[in-house]
Amino acid sequence: MTSVAHATPAHGEAHHAPMSFWRKYIFSTDHKIIGIQFLFVSLFFLLLGGLLAMQIRWQLGFPGKPMPGGGILPESMVVNGVILPEYYIQLVTMHGTFMVFFAIMPLLVGVYANFLIPLKIGTHDMAFPRINMWSFWLALLAGLIMLAGFFVPEGAARAGWTMYAPLSARPDLSGASVGQQLWSVSIVVLGLSSVLGSVNYITTIINHRAPGMTWFRMPLSVWALFITAILAVLALPVLQGAAIMLLFDQTIGTHFFDPVAGGQALLWQHLFWFFGHPEVYILILPAMGMVSDIIANGSRKPIFGYHSMVFAIVGIAFLGWIVWGHHMFMSGMNPTLGSTFMVSTLLIAVPSAIKVFNWMGTMWRGNLRFHVPMLNAVAFVSMFTIGGLSGIFMAATPVDIPIHDTYFIVAHLHYVLFGGSLFALFAAIPFWYPKMFGRMMDERLGKIHFWLTFVTYNLVFFPMHIIGMGGQMRRLYDPTLYNFLKPQQPLNEFITIAAFALFATQVIFAFNFLWSLKKGKKAPANPWEDNGLEWSLPNPAPHGNWERVPNVYRGPYEFSAPEAGNADFLPQHVKLATDKEPAGRLER
Amino acid sequence: MTHATATADMMHPPVPAEPGSGVYSNKLGMWVFLASDVMFFTALIGSYIILRFGMTDAWAAPGAVLNVPLTAFNTFLLICSSVSMVKAYAAIADGKKYFLRPVPGKVLRDGGLKFWLLVTIICGAMFVGVQVFEYIKLVGHGFTPTGYREGSLVAEHALSDPIRYGAVTGAMYGSTFFTMTGFHGFHVTCGVVSMLYLYFTKVLPEKYSAQDYRGIETIGLYWHFVDLVWIILFTIVYLI
Repeated sequence: MTSVAHATPAHGEAHHAPMSFWRKYIFSTDHKIIGIQFLFVSLFFLLLGGLLAMQIRWQLGFPGKPMPGGGILPESMVVNGVILPEYYIQLVTMHGTFMVFFAIMPLLVGVYANFLIPLKIGTHDMAFPRINMWSFWLALLAGLIMLAGFFVPEGAARAGWTMYAPLSARPDLSGASVGQQLWSVSIVVLGLSSVLGSVNYITTIINHRAPGMTWFRMPLSVWALFITAILAVLALPVLQGAAIMLLFDQTIGTHFFDPVAGGQALLWQHLFWFFGHPEVYILILPAMGMVSDIIANGSRKPIFGYHSMVFAIVGIAFLGWIVWGHHMFMSGMNPTLGSTFMVSTLLIAVPSAIKVFNWMGTMWRGNLRFHVPMLNAVAFVSMFTIGGLSGIFMAATPVDIPIHDTYFIVAHLHYVLFGGSLFALFAAIPFWYPKMFGRMMDERLGKIHFWLTFVTYNLVFFPMHIIGMGGQMRRLYDPTLYNFLKPQQPLNEFITIAAFALFATQVIFAFNFLWSLKKGKKAPANPWEDNGLEWSLPNPAPHGNWERVPNVYRGPYEFSAPEAGNADFLPQHVKLATDKEPAGRLER
Repeated sequence: MTHATATADMMHPPVPAEPGSGVYSNKLGMWVFLASDVMFFTALIGSYIILRFGMTDAWAAPGAVLNVPLTAFNTFLLICSSVSMVKAYAAIADGKKYFLRPVPGKVLRDGGLKFWLLVTIICGAMFVGVQVFEYIKLVGHGFTPTGYREGSLVAEHALSDPIRYGAVTGAMYGSTFFTMTGFHGFHVTCGVVSMLYLYFTKVLPEKYSAQDYRGIETIGLYWHFVDLVWIILFTIVYLI
């Protein structure tokens, strides 16, 4: 490596032999290819989850009316175009499962942890590239096992995405045996995939940072992904353990969750939510991290309160371990315990508010550039705030008693998962698209997509607060069966029509994404004028990233710094006359 | 991409410009993985504790259903394998790649990596073998994951002495026992398979040296962890 005197990023490294198509794009160990593989697979599952949601909305808006296109579904699901209750419960179960485990989680962690970590900390690849490849293939396998549920007799799992026992544990109660078992198997495989991936992210971030990339020069996206990986490594095995016990209950006749034989149904809820609440932060922290990067970029200002942002991430992650009981206030758990969980849950508002105020402080008097990623990032902040505030309602035990398991909960979780995580992804995908594919997504289509999504999204999910307060139950098959819900039915129809509009709007995004792959504008070297290390590479980044990893001289948010002269940004790898070389650089 | 020359000491990699954890990545990765495995066993053992002590009825007395002396021997085997793993680690750290070598003036010969890792593999495999034997015996007597099989030997005993055999809690006993020990056995099996793989691909071709024995140290960490889990399981499942 002594021959590389000048650090011009060339095409790949000389010692990499040319690889076959299969090694390069299918069984690749390159972190960027694995990230892109995750991107395509999880966007497919996102689309699938959306299709399931549309069927749910049809049934809720127009119960008993034949669903357009319902004729192509078999008699076991749809009769005369009308969704059967047995199929409806599969829809809500699999919509939740696919969106949480196979769309949002891999989109945030699988795609962006893989793609961004080595590029942003300045290394050639992950610490364990082959384990990384396994992580992707196991995730895909888990997704296919889950999908197979729809094609077995009796259909997919039916106990809700939370799989509460004993309904999930006993086929005689749920009416589905193979579908339930496939759910458990899939979750065990997915857990293994997540743990393998997270071991990789943690090791890479600790051991493989470029010279000068100190802990507090890391971008917040990397910080968030690091903390997320720690959460995943510790939380997923608990879900795996629970899913294994559930699987044994379903197959070999153990009785962990069956009270009739001495098991405990509440045990499942404790295990599930002990995993489930850290999981909530696995689904939002990477979004927060990437939004922080994008907001600083769009505001042309250093992020406000960088250190407090880092400590807020750590604080949220820590508190995430001691709040799981707030999902179980009405489960029959000891009410005294409920008060404890209420207090610990309300505490999370503090680090969350720190983050929201810091984002606003970053934008305050900034030289704002409302490009598509920035628009979506700002939408993230506002929608996450609404979702966070409705979270305080249900964290308070007295308020939770009437609203638990109603559409208020559905509204809340969609405000944080769609309004939060998905808007962050609509920001992140165009932002790093040029780094992935060398082309830009279309700005005009992006803006149309953003505004239509932002409006229709609020038309869909905001009224859900109201019908939830009105008492409409979550996972309800037919609201018109209850007299007290009948006055709300026009609102349900309205939500359904808005939901169809929201879904149709995503066609713009899909078209923009696919069209830009081949026809998009060629990306300039640093299209967003950003400071991250990834922009020191050509677009798309070559295999092996840098021939010689760059030195890092400063943090990632030096926008509008006076030292930069005429430019309003100062990349991390650019050496000014006043900068000292990082101590003791060694070739790695 | 690592481009270390053959003489570089991989066990103590040069401190990079941006200091990481100070240990090489394989070892760090294994520690992180073990942290996740701790959580996995915590889920299983925690559920066992909650289910067992949440019961109002008596749980089977220690040794009533399970063969404690046999498992004590098995525990001894696994502890021996941990010792031999340490010996394998110490041998290669001293650069002893050989199997056995005579020591002048002594009857016993000096063991190298090839010897001690083989001892570890054999002890681990014997542990799994004894566990399979134990399972077959238990199921034969009527102790199954679903509880005490009707009409079996254990079920008859439970009828005559419901307190000692935990007649009411048999279903939970079977569920927790087979799940916990089964997943521990699975971990041991994975360890034995990994060590066999290393033995044929790295140890016999003498790829390890005093400068680089990362594979041995990493699998050693895993092996000691699995041993530690068994000591906990043996205590709480068999002895109390």
